[in-house]
Parts: sequence; structure tokens; C-alpha cells
Amino acid sequence: MASAAPPGRVVVVGASLAGLSALETLRQEGFEGELIAVGAETTLPYDRPPLSKQVLQGHWEPDKIVLREPGQYDALGVTWHLGRRATGLDVSARTVTLDDGEPLAYDGLVIATGATPRRMPGTSELAGIHVLRTLDECLALRQELESASRVCVVGAGFIGAEVAASARVRGLDVTVLEALPSPLARAFPAEMGAACAALHLDQGVDLRCGVTVAGFEGEGRVSGVRLGDGSVVEADVVVVGIGVVPETGWLESSGLPLENGVVCDSTCATAAPGVVAAGDIARWPNNLFGETMRVEHWSNAVEQGTAAAKRLLAGPGDAVDFTPVPYFWSDQYDAKIQFLGRCCPTDEVRIVDGSIEERRFVALFGRDGRLFGALAFNRPRLLMAYRKLLAAKTSFEDAVAHAQGS
Amino acid sequence: MRVVVDFDRCQSNAVCMDVAPEIFEVRDDNFLYILDEKPSEALRPKVEEAVRRCPTQAISIAED
Ligand SMILES: Cc1cc2nc3c(=O)[nH]c(=O)nc-3n(C[C@H](O)[C@H](O)[C@H](O)COP(=O)(O)OP(=O)(O)OC[C@H]3O[C@@H](n4cnc5c(N)ncnc54)[C@H](O)[C@@H]3O)c2cc1C
Ligand code: SF4
Repeated sequence: MASAAPPGRVVVVGASLAGLSALETLRQEGFEGELIAVGAETTLPYDRPPLSKQVLQGHWEPDKIVLREPGQYDALGVTWHLGRRATGLDVSARTVTLDDGEPLAYDGLVIATGATPRRMPGTSELAGIHVLRTLDECLALRQELESASRVCVVGAGFIGAEVAASARVRGLDVTVLEALPSPLARAFPAEMGAACAALHLDQGVDLRCGVTVAGFEGEGRVSGVRLGDGSVVEADVVVVGIGVVPETGWLESSGLPLENGVVCDSTCATAAPGVVAAGDIARWPNNLFGETMRVEHWSNAVEQGTAAAKRLLAGPGDAVDFTPVPYFWSDQYDAKIQFLGRCCPTDEVRIVDGSIEERRFVALFGRDGRLFGALAFNRPRLLMAYRKLLAAKTSFEDAVAHAQGS
Repeated sequence: MRVVVDFDRCQSNAVCMDVAPEIFEVRDDNFLYILDEKPSEALRPKVEEAVRRCPTQAISIAED
């Protein structure tokens, strides 16, 4: 556990959103010691959500996705080791090993190495098959979209759906392949997946659910995707969006408990003294929902980076539980999709405003008589009111009554 | 302190309204309105939190 005395040197591994949030919080909380950030990418932290939206569509250039102005980065007083990878962690010696073999000592450590796209077998030999996580990957994909006419997206999750929308906006023919019977079927009740599907069908996307990908066609460069039934979807560019896996490889020999992410307690502390984790990589019990979760969303990276930094500075007995209401948004065509809380396919659903047909609605999700989540299409103001109700563990009945009264 | 919003970036997702409803309001027309452009110093922590939580980096604080 972190000690009461503020640590002298904090190392943050992973120089992106969660890491930046931790660095800023440490300074805001008055930490005057040394701050070192290690990041595998060569850039200062930048914003990922526009990579599948404005940047991919060609509306924004990379200079628009900087997270902070240069002066703000300078003011933090951080030593940045960019283009460098952490390869190991020794929790008893309190050192992180970097890819040049050099051990870096720490008093406090923030693990914020995020997640990386899951890949499909047979995709590395062929040109034209992409994943999307980094700016470099975005620019490589964007360049190919400039001369492509047919794009095939594998996976109808949020990243796949946004890439499909951006490619459609660019005027390309788009096919989306989804293994599940409807988009998002693992996370949401079926009618919500249908609502997302409708957005794409409206725009002329060829969305095929319940299909399996058997392999890829082409010599040197991809020319199509072969389906389980033997048919081929022709494509000049393929984007694989089948989820991400936490970047825990460098921690495997550390003895730190890993379980689809870095295992933390309810306060973002790991099992090792002086080590906390935040962002897409961290799995922790969120006591507000009574559920151990790993959240792959922008707002969580910011909020958990803050919580983990405070945890590092907290004295014994001062640690507080991290109990956020998870939030994410997704922009597809003109639709603004926003979600608060938790959801699973078997939750009770109630549309409390608008309708799926109008592509404007608020849906509430209930479990065990309690409000668990809220999803909105094009209803930002109404949606946000539910954060307080979710944080207060409001009953489903009261939440529905609130909606009818508003 | 003056609250500045870059409306070219703002996506009207109302995260700021959740943090500081005294200052930010997204209305039914889906536009963000700044209710108090020059909030009192007491509200600074809330404005700073809104700056950090805004998913599009649309909010900034000008000192004039
Ligand atoms: C295209 C795209 C669109 C998205 N859109 C949305 C959206 O609309 N709404 C939303 O809520 N969320 C969205 N997200 C998710 C959001 O961007 C992530 O939740 C957020 O980036 C997580 O931040 P993080 O700092 O935890 O991890 P990451 O951003 O993944 O950063 C981890 C960093 O650590 C580095 N790293 C990894 N291993 C090592 C190592 N061994 N040593 C050193 N450095 C290492 C990586 O290179 C990376 O820079 C989107 C993500 C992507 C990719
Ligand atoms: S949080 Fe940012 S993007 Fe959202 S409404 Fe406020 S200013 Fe606009």
C-alpha cells in the first residue's frame, strides 16, 4: 500500500489518456517529486476518439487531436521517455525495465498501458488489412481509403461501426460482418443492437450478422474476405474491429495478479506496494455496481487516472473506493449515441423518451429492481440526468417515474 | 476567470453540464449554452474539472 510520505519519484508507464490524467493529478495534488513517463508511441499523449471519426473522415488533421498545448505539457515538469517500451517490472526491487535493458527505479508506479486490438490469424501476410488504435494506424488506413472503393469491416462493435460510418461518409461501399446475431448482442438487449443496425442500414451499409470469417483472399494484397459458407465479400481495404486485449505482456513475469487486465482493489491499488493502475488496463471492483469491471472508455481513463494518482499519495486509511458511473459516447453519421452505467442482454428495457424509429430516444436498463444503465440516441441533455440517479442506486420504478415527470 | 468554449469542437454531450450545471446547459435544441461566462472564483475547481472531463477539449479558462 502507498505510504503516507509522498513518494519521491513516480513513474507512469503508458503515455496516453490515463497516464496523462495521473500526471496532472499528481501535480494538482501538490506532488513536487520527480515524474517520469514511459510511452511506446513516439508522440506526446493524443486523443484517440477522433481517429475513427473526424480524422478518418478527413475533416481533421493530426494537429487537432493533441490533448494539451505544448506549454501545458512543459508546465507539468515530466521527463518523457517516448518511443520506449517497458519490458518488465520487479515489485520487490521497485524497478521497471525498459527495452534498452535499463532498470528505472520508482517509489510510486502508475500502470497505464491500455489495450491493443485483437488480431485475426492470417492478417499479417496481406497488405490492406488494418486495425485502428494509434494515429499511425489511422493515417495508414485513411491513405488507403483515399483510393479504395469497397471496404469490409469485420466486427460491428463501436470501433467497427464508427469506421463503417466514416467510410460511408467518404462515399465508399461498405460491408460490415458480425458474428453475433445482431450488433452489440453481447452487451445490450437485442432491440438496442437493432437500433444501432438501423443507423447503418439507413445509410446503405451492407450489414451481415451471424456470419463467420473463414479467411482472406488475395496475393500480397487483400482482395476479399472469405466467409464460413465459402462466399467471398470483395474488398480493397479490410478493417478488423473485433475488440481489444489489455497490454499486460510486460507484466507477465512480475508476479502481479493479472486477469484480463491488472487486478486492482476497490481503490485502484494493485497487490504490490506503491503500484496503482488506471484506464483500459485496470480491472477493479466497482462497489457502486457490485461488479468487478474493466472499462474501455475515454472518461474512465480520465477519472481512473485521477483516482489512481490520489491513491498513490493517500496515507494509510485515506484510500477511497473508486465508484464511477461508467460513461461513453459514439458518433455515427448524425447520431450521437451515449451510454451511462452498466448493461447486459437480459436487463429489462424501457424506452422513456422518443422512439427507436425516430432514432431519438432514451432507454433505461433495470436489473433486480434497480436502475443499472441508460442509453440515448440524440438525447444528451436528458441522458445526463440519469448519472445522479445511477450514482444514488435508484430503483428502476423510481427512475421510470422520474422520466415520466420530466 | 472567463469560461471559453470552442463551439467547433463541442459535441453537446453535456458532460460539462453534469459537472457544473450552474455554468453549462445543453438544451433541447442540442446546443450548449454558457449560463455564466464569468463565474466566481469559488466555482474554479468545478470549471477545471469540466475542462478535464470534456471529451473534446472544447472548454478552456481565459484569465482576463
Ligand atoms: C479509434 C478509437 C476510437 C475511440 N472512440 C471512443 C469514443 O468515442 N468514446 C469513448 O468513450 N472511448 C473511445 N475510445 C476509447 C478510448 O480512447 C480509450 O478508452 C482510452 O484511450 C484509454 O486510455 P488509456 O490511457 O487507458 O490507454 P491507451 O490510450 O491505450 O494508452 C496506452 C498507451 O500505453 C502505451 N504502451 C503500451 N504498452 C507499453 C509498454 N510496455 N511500455 C510503454 N508504453 C506502452 C501504448 O503505446 C499507448 O500509447 C476510442 C478508442 C479508439 C482506439
Ligand atoms: S463537455 Fe465539452 S463537448 Fe460536452 S457539451 Fe460540454 S463543452 Fe461540449
